[in-house]
Amino acid sequence: MMRSLQTRLGLLATGLLVNASVWASGSIDGPVEKQGVNLHAIAMFIVFVALTLGITYWAAQRTRSAKDFYAAGGGISGFQNGLAIAGDYMSAASFLGISALVFDKGYDGLIYSIGFLVGWPLITFLVAERLRNLGKFTFADVASYRLAQTPLRTFAATGTLFTVALYLIAQMVGAGKLIQLLFGLNYTLAVVLVGVLMVIYVTFGGMLATTWVQIIKAVLLLSGATFMALMVLSHVGFSVESMFATAVEVKHAAAQALSAKAGAASEAAAKALATHAADASEVAAKAKTLTADAAKAAKANVMAPGGLVSNPIDAISLGLALMFGTAGLPHILMRFFTVKDAKEARKSVFVATGFIGYFYILTFIIGFGAIMLVSTNPAFKDAAGKLVGGSNMAAVHLAHAVGGEYFFGFISAVAFATILAVVSGLTLSGASAVSHDLYANVIARGRTNEAQEIRVSKYATVGLGIVAILLGILFEKQNIAFMVGLAFSIAASANFPVLFLSMFWRGLTTRGAVIGGAIGLISAVVLIILGPPVWEATLGNPAKSAPFPYSNPAIFSMTLAFFFTWLFSVTDKSPRAESEQAAFLPQFIRSMTGIGAEGASKH
Amino acid sequence: MDEALIQRIQNNPKFAELVHKKGRLSWCLSVVMLVIYYGFILTIAFSPETLGKPLSAGGVTTVGIPVGLFVIVSAFVLTGIYVRRANTEFDQLTKELVEESRQ
Repeated sequence: MMRSLQTRLGLLATGLLVNASVWASGSIDGPVEKQGVNLHAIAMFIVFVALTLGITYWAAQRTRSAKDFYAAGGGISGFQNGLAIAGDYMSAASFLGISALVFDKGYDGLIYSIGFLVGWPLITFLVAERLRNLGKFTFADVASYRLAQTPLRTFAATGTLFTVALYLIAQMVGAGKLIQLLFGLNYTLAVVLVGVLMVIYVTFGGMLATTWVQIIKAVLLLSGATFMALMVLSHVGFSVESMFATAVEVKHAAAQALSAKAGAASEAAAKALATHAADASEVAAKAKTLTADAAKAAKANVMAPGGLVSNPIDAISLGLALMFGTAGLPHILMRFFTVKDAKEARKSVFVATGFIGYFYILTFIIGFGAIMLVSTNPAFKDAAGKLVGGSNMAAVHLAHAVGGEYFFGFISAVAFATILAVVSGLTLSGASAVSHDLYANVIARGRTNEAQEIRVSKYATVGLGIVAILLGILFEKQNIAFMVGLAFSIAASANFPVLFLSMFWRGLTTRGAVIGGAIGLISAVVLIILGPPVWEATLGNPAKSAPFPYSNPAIFSMTLAFFFTWLFSVTDKSPRAESEQAAFLPQFIRSMTGIGAEGASKH
Repeated sequence: MDEALIQRIQNNPKFAELVHKKGRLSWCLSVVMLVIYYGFILTIAFSPETLGKPLSAGGVTTVGIPVGLFVIVSAFVLTGIYVRRANTEFDQLTKELVEESRQ
C-alpha cells in the first residue's frame, strides 16, 4: 500500500532548516499532499472514538456540580492525573515533530525535547501543591486570591484565552494536515471532526471525560512508541552504539551520494556554460544549490549539536519560554484541581515527569530508527528521493517498517487521537476562563448559581468549538510554526509572572499584577511579530529584515513583566494595596498547610 | 481562617520549621535544575564540540548522549526527591501543626 502512496512533495520539515523556525516541530505545518485512504487507521480511529464517546456518556451521568464539571469532582488519583497530564502534554506535534527533528538532525531533536521536560520539576517545587491548596477551578482563582477580582480575573482570562486560542489553532491545522497524510481524507473534514468531538467530550463529560480521553491516549501513545523503540533496538541487537554507528553510516552515504550528484551537476553546468546552452544559468543555479546541500550534509553530524542552538540569547530565551511557559499553561494548571489534595498533586507531577521524560527518550530512539530503517528503504521515498509525506512522517513510516500494515494503522490512529485529547483539555480550560472567571466573577460578580455557571461554560465550549473550526480552516495555508512558540511565550510572560508573584511575593498588588502582566503579554506578542518567525517566515519579508533579531522574546518579555509588576506594586500606596499585602499571611498559611483548601466532592 | 487560628499557626515553631525546610528544599532543587539545564544549553551554545566528542576513541556514541540522558533523568530524580520528602516529612509536620493549632 505504501508504494501506492504517490506524492511529489511534502517537505514538512523545511521550516526546521531555517534557523528562525526553532519552533517548527512544535506544530505540524508546511504544505502536505493527501495520501491514499488508509482503512486500517480509519477503522482503529473509529474504535477510539466509540470508546471515548462511551466514556463521555458514563462521565455525563457523574457530572452534576460545577466541581464535577471543571475538576472531575476532585476525585482523580495522583497516578491517573499524572498520566492525564502526560496525555495533555504529549501532542501529535511532539511525537511526529520531534522524531522528525531527530530523523533530520539527530542530536538537535534531543536538545529540543529536553527543553519541554525541564519545566516540570519547577512546577513540582514551586507551583503544584500551592496551586492545589489555594485554587478551585482555574489558575485565576489563585492569582486573584487576595487581589481585586474584576481586574485580575479579566487579565487572567485574557491570558488564558490567548494561550488556548494559539495552541488550539496549531492543533486544528495539525489535525487537518495529519488527516491528509495519515488517513488520506480531506482537511476541512478533519477540522470539523476534531471540533465537533471535542465539543461533545467537554460539554457532556466535562473534566471527567476529558481526563479519561487523555489517559487512554497517553497509554496508547506510550505503548505504541515503546513497541517501536523496542523493535528498533532489537534490530541492532540492543546495542545503542551500533544503532548510532548505522545511522551515522546512513547519513554519510547519503551525503556522499549528494556530493556525487552535485559533482555531476557542476560538470554539466560547466559544459552548459562553455557551450553557451540556452538553459546554462538554470543548470548552474541547480548545481550551486546541490553543492551547498552536499556541503551541508557533509558537515552535518547527527551525534553532535548542530544549528538548533547557535545564538546564546535565543537559546536562553527559548529555554525560559519552555521552562516557565509550561508552568503558565492554563490547561495544564487546571489539571491540579482534579486531585483531592496537595499530596496527590505532587504525585501527579512526578508521574507526569517520568512518563514525559520516558516518551522523549523513545522519540529519540524512534528518530534514529527511522534513519536506519526508513531513509534506506526506497518504498518510503518518492521519485526525488524525499520521504513520502515529508519528515514528519518518519515515525509513521517506521511503524510500517517495524510492525506492518496493522501497526501502521494503529500508530496513524493514535497520532490523530492524540490531537483530540489535547484540544479537549484546551477547550475546557478556555471555557472555564469564560464561565468561571469572566461570567461568574466579573459579569455576574458572584451573584449567580452553579447551574447557570455550568450552562455558560457549555455555551462557551460550543462557541470555542465553532471559533476553533473557523480559525482552523482560515489558517490552512498559513505558516503557523510560530504559534506554539507564541503560546509558550505568553504563558511565560503574562500568566506565569502574575501567578508566581501572587504566591510568593507579599508586595504584589492588583495594580502591579494587571499592568505588569499586560506588559508581559503585549511585549511577547509584539516581539514575536517583529521577530524572524512572523516577520520573515509568515509575512514573507526578506531574511534578516526583522526589526527584532531573536526568534524567542521570553528573555525580554519576562523581564519586562517582572520589572513592571514590581514597579507598579511598590509604588502603589492605595489603601487597597495595603489590605492586599496584609492578606498575604493568611494566603501563605493556606498555601503551606492546606487549611481551608477545596476538598474532593462527597458523592 | 479566623484571626486566632492564624495567630496560633504563626506562633507555632513548627510553622517556622515547615516554611524553612520546604522553602530551602524547593529553592535548592530549583537552582540545581536550572544549573543543569542552562549548563547544558550554554555548553551547546558556546562549545558544541565538547558534546560532539566520541565517548571512546573510535566509538560513535558522543559525550552528548549520556549528558542529554542525564538531564532527562535528573529532572525525574529531582522531582522524586522533592515529592518523597514533601509527602512524608513535610506532610507529617503539617499535620501536627494543623492539629496543634486547631485546639
